[in-house]
Amino acid sequence: MNGFLLSILIWLPILGAVAVMVVGEQRPALAKGLALVIAMAAFLLGLPLFFAFDTTTAAMQFVENKPWIETFNINYHLGVDGFSAPLILLTLLFGWLVVIAGWRSITKNVNQYMAAFLVMEGLMIGVFAALDALLFYVFFEAMLIPMFLVIGIWGGPRRVYATIKFFLYTFLGSVFMLIGLIYLYIQSGTWEILAWHELPLALDVQKWLFMAFLVAFAVKVPMFPVHTWLPDAHVEAPTGGSVVLAAIMLKIGGYGFIRFSLPITPDASAALDWLVIGLSLIAVVYIGFVALVQQDMKKLIAYSSISHMGFVTLGLFIAFSIYRKTGGVSGAALGVEGAMVQMISHGFISGALFLTVGVLYDRVHSRMIKDYGGVANTMPWFALFAVFFLMANSGLPGTSGFVGEFMVILAAFQANFWFAVLAAMILILGAAYNLWLAKRVIYGDVTNHEVRNLQDINSREALVLGVLAAAVLFFGLWPQPLVDMMQASVDHLLQHIVQAKVI
Amino acid sequence: MNGAKMILAAPEIWVLAMACVIMIVDLFLREERRGIIHMLAMLTVIFAAIITLRGDYLIDGVRSVTAFSDSFIRDPMGDVLKVFSCVIMGLIFIYSKFYLRSFKMFRADFFTLSLFALLGVMLLISANSMLMIYLGLELISLPVYALVAFNRASGRGTEAAMKYFVLGSMASGMLLYGMSMIYGATGSLLLPEIAKAIQLQGANDILLTFGLVFVVVGIAFKFGAVPFHMWIPDVYEGAPPAVTLFISSVPKLAAFAMAYRFLSSGLGDLHVHWQSMLASLALLSIVLGNLAAIMQSNIKRMLAYSTISHMGFVFLGLLPGSAFGFGASMYYVIVYGIMSVASFGMVILLSARGVEAEHLDDFKGLNQRNPFYAAIMGLVMFSMAGVPPMVGFFAKLMVLKAVIEAGMMWLAITAVVFAVIGAFYYLRIVKYMYFDEPETKTAITAPVDFGTALTVNGAMILGLGMFSSSLIAICMTSFGL
Repeated sequence: MNGFLLSILIWLPILGAVAVMVVGEQRPALAKGLALVIAMAAFLLGLPLFFAFDTTTAAMQFVENKPWIETFNINYHLGVDGFSAPLILLTLLFGWLVVIAGWRSITKNVNQYMAAFLVMEGLMIGVFAALDALLFYVFFEAMLIPMFLVIGIWGGPRRVYATIKFFLYTFLGSVFMLIGLIYLYIQSGTWEILAWHELPLALDVQKWLFMAFLVAFAVKVPMFPVHTWLPDAHVEAPTGGSVVLAAIMLKIGGYGFIRFSLPITPDASAALDWLVIGLSLIAVVYIGFVALVQQDMKKLIAYSSISHMGFVTLGLFIAFSIYRKTGGVSGAALGVEGAMVQMISHGFISGALFLTVGVLYDRVHSRMIKDYGGVANTMPWFALFAVFFLMANSGLPGTSGFVGEFMVILAAFQANFWFAVLAAMILILGAAYNLWLAKRVIYGDVTNHEVRNLQDINSREALVLGVLAAAVLFFGLWPQPLVDMMQASVDHLLQHIVQAKVI
Repeated sequence: MNGAKMILAAPEIWVLAMACVIMIVDLFLREERRGIIHMLAMLTVIFAAIITLRGDYLIDGVRSVTAFSDSFIRDPMGDVLKVFSCVIMGLIFIYSKFYLRSFKMFRADFFTLSLFALLGVMLLISANSMLMIYLGLELISLPVYALVAFNRASGRGTEAAMKYFVLGSMASGMLLYGMSMIYGATGSLLLPEIAKAIQLQGANDILLTFGLVFVVVGIAFKFGAVPFHMWIPDVYEGAPPAVTLFISSVPKLAAFAMAYRFLSSGLGDLHVHWQSMLASLALLSIVLGNLAAIMQSNIKRMLAYSTISHMGFVFLGLLPGSAFGFGASMYYVIVYGIMSVASFGMVILLSARGVEAEHLDDFKGLNQRNPFYAAIMGLVMFSMAGVPPMVGFFAKLMVLKAVIEAGMMWLAITAVVFAVIGAFYYLRIVKYMYFDEPETKTAITAPVDFGTALTVNGAMILGLGMFSSSLIAICMTSFGL
C-alpha cells in the first residue's frame, strides 16, 4: 500500500468531495457526516507517514512515478522527505478539524462548503508531495480555486474584495515562478525538482530565478511588502477558511523556499540573503507593532502570523551568513530546523487561535475587541484554552511556540548579534499583543450584556481545541520526534546549498 | 486528375453534398417536422469527422498528399483540425437548436449556411495554393455575413452584418493585394512553389516583403488581432448567440491553418520579417484585449475582448516559427474553440424565452439557481483565465514554452502579467455566480441534448486538462515532433 499512499491521500479527499457534492443541499447532516468520515479516513490512512517514515535517510520515500504528459516530459512524481512529511501530517490533522469546526456555524450550501475543504485538503497534500515541478505548480494554483470560493461564498461583508485580492495577488506571484520553471525545463529537459537541485546555473540566471521564486513564495508566506492580502482575507474568511489559510497555506510559501529557492539557486540565495533577512526582520518587528494596535481580533492574529512567518524565512536564510562565519553547517542546521519547527508549531497555534475567535464569533457575531471583556466569567473553559494558545503564541517555554523561536534566535546569534536582537523583539512584542488581547477580551469586568449570556464551549469545540492544545504542549515539551524526522533532510539540504553550483 | 486523388477531398465533398441535400429536403418539410433538418446536419458533421479519420492516405512515411493540381493538401495537421471543427460544429448545432427554437428562428437556412461555412473552413484548412486560401476564406465569410443578420427583425444584427461585411471585404481586398504581389514576385500561386522561388532569389525582395505585410493584415483580420479587431465586439454583440458560437470557434481553427500554411509552408524564409509583425500583433492583442474586457458589462462584448486576447496567445505560439511553436499554437486554438463554445452555450442557456442574456448581471446567483451549470461555467472561466488543472492552463503553458525557447523572455513576461489582469474579469463572472444573490428565482431548464452537450463540453475542459497528454501528443505529432 505504501506505493500508493500519497495518491490515496491526495485523491481520497478530492473524490470524496465529489460524493459530498452529489449528496446535495437538501441533506446537510449527511453531507457533514460524509465529509467527516472522509477526512478522518484520510487522517488515519496518513498515519504511516509518521510511523513508517525512515528518519535515517534524506532520500524521498513513498515514491510514485508515472508519466503524465509524455511529449512534454511531465511526470506524476510524488514522494516525501523530512520537510514534506510533517507538513502533510499537519494538513491531514486540520482536514478533519475544520470539518468539525464548521459543523454548526455553516448553514448555507453545507455540501459545497465541505466539498471545497476536502478538495483543498487533497490539493495541499499534492503541493507537499509533488516532486515534479509542473505537478507542483498545478496543485499550487488549483488550490486557489476552492479557497477563492470559500472566502467569497461564506465570508464576511467585504468578502468579494478580500477574495479577489487574495486570488490576484497569489496568481500574479506564481506566474513569474511559472516562467522560471519553464526556463529551467528548457535548460535541463526535465521537470524533476531533484534533478534541478544538481543543475549548474550561471549566477545571473540564478538571480533571476531566485527573484521569480521569491515573488511567488513571498506572496504566499506572506513577507513584508506583499502581505497586505492576508489581513483582508483572514478577516473576511469564515473560521475554517482562516484556519486552513493560517495553518497550512502560509506554510506552502516556506516549503517553497526549502524545495525550490535554496537548493536550485543556492548561490543567488547566498548573494541575496540580505534581502530576505531584511524583509523578515521588518516583518518580525514592524508587523509586530502593527499587530499591537489592531481593534479586530482576527486582524491581530493575522498580523501576528505574518510576524511569526518572518521567523521562518529568517531561520532559512541566515544559514548562509552562519556558514560564511563559522565554516560549519551545524549552526545553519539549527536555523533551518528552527524554521521547520516554527512552521509546524505556528500551524497548530494560529489554527487554534482562529478557532477560538470563531467560537466567540459564532456566539456574539463580532470580532471587535471592544465588544468583549470578562469572557472568563461566563466561559471559564474557553478562557483556559484561549489564554493557553495566546501564551503559546507569545513563545512561552513549554509550548511549541517557544521551541522554534528559540532555535532560530540561537542560530541568529551565530550569524549576527543584531539579527538576534531584532528577532528577539518578537518575544517582547508577542507577549505584549497577546497578553493585552487576553486582558481586554478574557479578563476584566463584564461590560456587555451579550457576554453575560455566553454559553461555555460545548464538547465539539472542546475536542477541537483540546487536540490542538495537546499538540502544542507535546511538541513544546518533547520536540524530538519532529526534529528527528527532518534531521537527515536538513543535513542533506545544507550540504547542497553550501556547495557553489555556478557554471 | 484521377478518382484516387479525388477521394482525398471526400470529407469536403460529403459536407457539400449534404448541405445541398438539406436545402432540398427543407422544401418538402412541413413546419413541425423541421427537427429532421437538425438531425441531418448532425449526421453530416458526425460522418464528416468519421470520413476524415478513416482516410488512410499516408503510406511509407509520406507526410502529406496533394490533389487538384497540388492546390489541395491532406496532412495529419489538417485532419486533426477538421475533426475538431466537426466536433465543435456538432456542439454548436445542439446549442443553437435550443436557441433557435426558443426564439422562433428555427429555419433550415441556418443549417445550410453553417454547413457551407464549415465547408469553407475545411477547404481553408487544406489549402495549398493562394487561390484555394482565398476560396476557403470567402466560403467562410459569405455565409457568416448572412448568418449575422439571421434575425431579420434585429436592427443590431443588421448593423453588425453590414459592419462585418464592409470590413471583411476590405480585409479580403488587402489579402488579395498581398497575394498578387507575392504572385508577381515568385510567379506561382502554389505555396511550395512560392517557397522554392523565395529560396532561389533570396528573402530580401522589397515586393515580397510588401506582399507579406498585406497577407499578415489579412490573417490578423481573420483572427481578430489588434489593430484589426474592431469588428469582433460589434459582431459578437449583434449576431444571435447561435451564430456567435460559430464565429468565435471554428473559423479560428481555419485561421490557424491558413497562418501556418501561408507563413511557414509558403513564406517560411521571410520568418524574420513576419516574426516581428506577429510579435507586435500578439502583444497589442493581449494588452488591449485584456484591458478592454475589464470594462465591459455586456457578457458578449466581454467574451469578444477575451477572444482578442486569446488570439494574441495563438500568435505568440506562431511567431517563433518552430515546429513546437506551431504545435502549441494549434493546441491553443483547439482548446480555445472548446472553451468558447462552452461559454456561449452558457449564454444561450441563460437566455429565457424571447429575452437574451446579455448582461453580466444575468449570471447573478446562478449557483443558487442551478449549482451544476454554475460549476460548468466556473470551469470555463477558470480555464480561460489559465488556472490549472483546466485545459486552458496547458495551452498557455505550451505557448509560453515556445516563446521562452525562442529567447523572447520579455514577451512571455508581459503576456503572463496581462493574463493575470485578464483573470480579474473571469473571476468577476465567478463572483456573480457564486457570491451574489439571484435576481430571479426561475429555475433553469434545458432540453436533455443541450444539457448533455454542455456537460460533455465541461468535462472536456476539465478532462483534457487533467489528462492532457493525448491531445498535446496529437498536436505535436502533426508537426513531426
